[in-house]
This record gives sequence, structure tokens and C-alpha cells, in this order.
Amino acid sequence: MSDILTLEGVKKTYSVKQGLFGTRKPLTAVNDVTLSMRKGEVLGLVGESGCGKSTLAKLLLGLEQPTAGKVLVEGDDMAGLDRRALAGRLQPIFQDPYSSLNPRKSIYDLISLPLRVHKIGDAASQQKAVREILDVVGLPQRVINTYPSQMSGGQRQRVAIARALVMRPEIVICDEPTSALDVSVQSQILNLLGDLRREFGLTYLFISHDLAVVEHLATRVAVMYLGRIVEEAPVADLFERPRHPYTRALLSSVLTPDPTQGVPETSLGSDYPNPIDPPSGCAFHPRCPHATEHCKAVAPRPLETEAGRVECHLHDPESPMFERSAA
Amino acid sequence: MTDATDPLFREIEGPSPRQMLKARALKHKALIFGMTVVLLLVLVALLAPVLAPHDPYEQSLMNRMVKPVFMGGTWEHPLGTDHLGRDYLSRLIYGARVSLLIGAVAALISGVIGTAMGVAAGYFGGKVDAVVTFLINVRLAMPVVLVALAVVAILGGSLTVVICVLGLLLWDRFAVVMRASTLQVRRRDYVAAAQVIGASTPRIVLTEIMPNIFNNLIVVVTLEMAHAILLEAALSFLGLGVQPPTPSWGLMVSEGKNMMLFEPWLVLIPGAVLFVLVLAINLMGDGLRDVTAPEGRS
Ligand SMILES: Nc1ncnc2c1ncn2[C@@H]1O[C@H](COP(=O)(O)OP(=O)(O)OP(=O)(O)O)[C@@H](O)[C@H]1O
Ligand SMILES: [Mg+2]
Repeated sequence: MSDILTLEGVKKTYSVKQGLFGTRKPLTAVNDVTLSMRKGEVLGLVGESGCGKSTLAKLLLGLEQPTAGKVLVEGDDMAGLDRRALAGRLQPIFQDPYSSLNPRKSIYDLISLPLRVHKIGDAASQQKAVREILDVVGLPQRVINTYPSQMSGGQRQRVAIARALVMRPEIVICDEPTSALDVSVQSQILNLLGDLRREFGLTYLFISHDLAVVEHLATRVAVMYLGRIVEEAPVADLFERPRHPYTRALLSSVLTPDPTQGVPETSLGSDYPNPIDPPSGCAFHPRCPHATEHCKAVAPRPLETEAGRVECHLHDPESPMFERSAA
Repeated sequence: MTDATDPLFREIEGPSPRQMLKARALKHKALIFGMTVVLLLVLVALLAPVLAPHDPYEQSLMNRMVKPVFMGGTWEHPLGTDHLGRDYLSRLIYGARVSLLIGAVAALISGVIGTAMGVAAGYFGGKVDAVVTFLINVRLAMPVVLVALAVVAILGGSLTVVICVLGLLLWDRFAVVMRASTLQVRRRDYVAAAQVIGASTPRIVLTEIMPNIFNNLIVVVTLEMAHAILLEAALSFLGLGVQPPTPSWGLMVSEGKNMMLFEPWLVLIPGAVLFVLVLAINLMGDGLRDVTAPEGRS
């Protein structure tokens, strides 16, 4: 197993203004995340809105610098790598194709931008490459001289995919690539992403708050809560034997009538906590049905097993709560 | 979006952004009116030597304050003559040069300064933003007219001095508007996409940011042009702007004010032309803002 992209104890803290007089407070969007992506896999990343998924994506893309920890690309610290060299290997697909395509540029200019920035080939070969990639993403050739405003959401997302793939990267970071689209178009885009992965041997980080989508596409899943990865496991294990109470709650919500509509309605009682003022101990304890005083006081440590990793006292043999998990 | 068949292969809908812009512009009456008037006045200014019936500097003490033709004058001097017997129409035509030149050059200078500051502040944020915001606040705390008066009083009034003073004073609105627009556009994912692709910062600013804030820039350009033209008129009226005998509309109002009660047209004619020019520029600016509102979902 070769890890092509690794996060090592990565933390990202923003300082946010609060209140009228703007006292600045730290907000930890990503908290001590260690995660690696193996070549050819689809790593699903799920979690509620605001848990830090997009921030994690930005860290991987080099759009944000970690406050602590390292991002490694095949073992090399990203901070020391040339951004231009990285661009050919790592590309993003963003959530909102209305925001990810410059409305002033033609489709040709949009898709050929990577080729022009990196001066790959002459005008004729760039034109050829753009025409090829249009075929690959299933767009008709005649769109080449049109503008994003003349396209539907699904077509725009295909343009964004074409731009991401025109330099044939190895890794694609998909940050909720379908959640801004019509339900009828979502499955087309998901199928396209699946086909492209097989055709080009891509590695995906697939961010979503929709577990059904993740189950369909991912090979491994990481569950994020308040900036931390609380459970990580191969997709079958996670869906059959969820271990973290938060994962269980998320899974039970998939069965609600309309799981595609926004953030899953969990059976979790209290609200999502304020990330500026996170709960003590295990961050999940105010919403956890199994919480005890121990959870309030002590943060669980990450437990590696062959099935994956989980951060919960119920699964820690050294924790006083361990026995209860047997039930 | 209601297309149930295959939304991907349905016809690419609608006109291109450029076609849409043209169609909207042609429908916008205020824009058409404003642009026509401004273009006409620009033509008049350019063709002044051809159009002016007389030399605007030629005095004729025998023909002082001849009335315009609609008040009983003759076609020899369609708009009459001033207190030195100079042809009023010719001075008005040459005055368009002064007003438009000042408006255009002052807006250009302040536009370059303000846009550079505003875009840098919006794009880089942090310390750059703090410095620019401070400079904007300093500038806003200075009363434009008083500072302009003081500087002109020290350096002496001339066309160049007025243009430079206004150009160096009127950048605040450019900086404020460009900073806010840049902040907004900078958050768009296409900027992040260009960064990940590895495009250089100048390239991102020029090709991703600027085209998307250009419509706001145009509006401020027109506002500041009108502003500069009015300020020049005010400075010239106070005797601290363009110096006689240069034909300037503000100066013409000033020279006519002593006679205002007896010969009101001496003030009304240049005043009216000034009013029409400023109104036309403002209508044009408003129209351009309406017409160039970003396409698609905003
Ligand atoms: N630039 C920033 N400055 C300050 N706070 C930020 C910034 N970016 C994100 N945050 C905060 O960090 C937290 C995580 O945000 P992030 O966008 O990563 O969440 P997310 O999981 O992607 O949510 P969603 O599902 O809504 O996209 C949020 O509380 C957010 O308010
Ligand atoms: Mg997000």
C-alpha cells in the first residue's frame, strides 16, 4: 500500500472576530487529523456541515497552510514543494459549479487554462486536448465557444471536471461535487466520476454529507466530527459494523425519507456544538447516548485496529467504559 | 431545470453574455441618452476648431455682452458675447475640452491609484488591507474642497495643477468599491481553482478578478468624472482653478456672476451645459451598472 497523500497531525486554527468589539477567538476547524490516501482508492469523508471537511480539502490542495502538522505528498512535505509541479498531480472539483467557473470566460478558455498556465503544447495541441476531454466528460463539441451562463448546473459541473482532468492528475479532491445539483443530475455526475476513476486510475477524496452517495462510490470512509476524524474504516465494515456512536447516528439517519436534502437529520438530541467553544473531553459527549462523566473529562485516544480506527472510550480496552461496549 | 429527458444534450440555451449585454444596453433608454450626450460633447470638444464660429480668445470691446439670438441678438454671435466681447458659443465649445479633459484625466489618475490600492487590499487582506483601510480613512477625513483650495492657492491655479490635485484626491471611492468587489470575487471557487492550477498572482488578478469587478469600476469612473468636472467648475468659480483667459465653464459662470441680475443668460448657459454633461455622465454610469450586472446566478 503506497500512501500518496498523507495528513500528519494536521491542525488548522482560524482566528474569528466575535461580537461588536471584535475580540478575536481561535476556531479550530481541523484538529489533529492524521489520515492517508492510498493510490487508487476512493476515500469518503463524511460529517455534518461546519465540521471542517472543506477546510481539510483546502489543506490538501495547498490553499490553506496547516497551523500545525504536515501534509505529505508521497512522503514529501507539501510546504516545500513547487505549487506548479503539484498542480499536475492534484486537482479539485468544487461543490458549486456556479462559483467554480469564471462567468467571463468561454468554455474553451476555462478548460484550457491549466494547459496555458503550464505552457503544455502549442495552440493546436491545446485545442485538441480540450476537444478530447470534452468527449471524455460527455459534453458536445459545440459548447466550446459558449459561456457558463448558457449552461445548466450539470453541464457546468462537467466543465469543471474537464478542467480538473485536462492535465491528467493522479488525485482529485471532490468537495461535495453533487450537492449543488438537481437530484436528477446528481447520479449522472456520480456515474461519470466513477467511470473516470476507472478509465484514468484516479484516486479520489470524496467529501459528502450524504452517506448513501459515499456508500455507492467510496472504498474507505472517514467520519469527521468537530474537526476530528472519529472513525475510519473500509466502506463495508463501516456500514455493517459502525463503531462510533456518531457514525451509528449518521447511519440511522440515512433511512429517513429524504436523505439527499441537506444535512442529515440525526437522532442526536442537542445541537451541533459551537466550534469556537468545543465541549470538554470527548467533543461528542453532549450528544452521545452512552456518555458518562469519564467522557466529559477525558478525550478518547485514537485506537487502531485491523478494521480501521476509532476514537471512542467504548472501544478502548484501557477505559473504564470498555465493558459496556460488549453489550 | 425541468427537463426530464436528458438535460445534458438539450440545446445550449440562450445568447452569449456579449449578445445579452448588447440587447440589454439597447433597451436601456437612460443609458442610450447619457451615452449619446457624452459622445456628442466629446465630438464637440475634439472638433472645437472646426465648430467654433470665432476665436474664443478674440476680444472685441465694441461688442460686449451682445445678447444671444433667442433674446434678440444676431446669428453673428448665436449665444452672444461676454464682458470682453468674446464669442460665447466659441468659448462654450472650447470649454468642453477643459471639462472633459479634467474629468477624464483626473478619473484616470485616481482610478489607477484607487483600483491598485483596493484590489491589493481585497486580494491580499491582512496587513496590506489594514494599511489601505487606514489610508482610505485618512483620505476620507480630509475635506476635498478645502485641501484642493489650499494646494491650488499655494501652487497657483492652472489646468495641470487642477488635474493633478483632483487626480490625487478622488481615489477614495475607487479604493473602497474595488476593495469590496475584490473581497467578494476573491471568495469564488474559480479563484481557488486558478491558484491550484498554479497561475501567478498577477495573472489571477488580471484574468479572474478584474473582468468580474470591471462593471463596478466603470460606474465609479463615471461618478468620479462627474465629480471632478463639478469640482473644477467650483475651483474655477472661486478663482482658484483654471485661470483666465482659458475658456472653462466654471470660469464663465464666475465671470458672468457680476452681471447675473441684468444678463442672467451669462450664467445660465454655461450652468446648463455643465448640468447636462454631469447628468449625462451619471445616467451613463447608472445604465452601465444595470446592464453589466454579472450574468447568471449572482
Ligand atoms: N476562512 C475562515 N475563517 C474563519 N473560520 C472559518 C474559515 N473557513 C472555515 N471556517 C470555519 O471552520 C469550520 C469548518 O468549516 P468548513 O467549511 O471546513 O466546514 P464543512 O464541513 O465544509 O461544512 P459544509 O458541509 O457546510 O461545507 C466552520 O465552523 C467555519 O465557520
Ligand atoms: Mg464544505
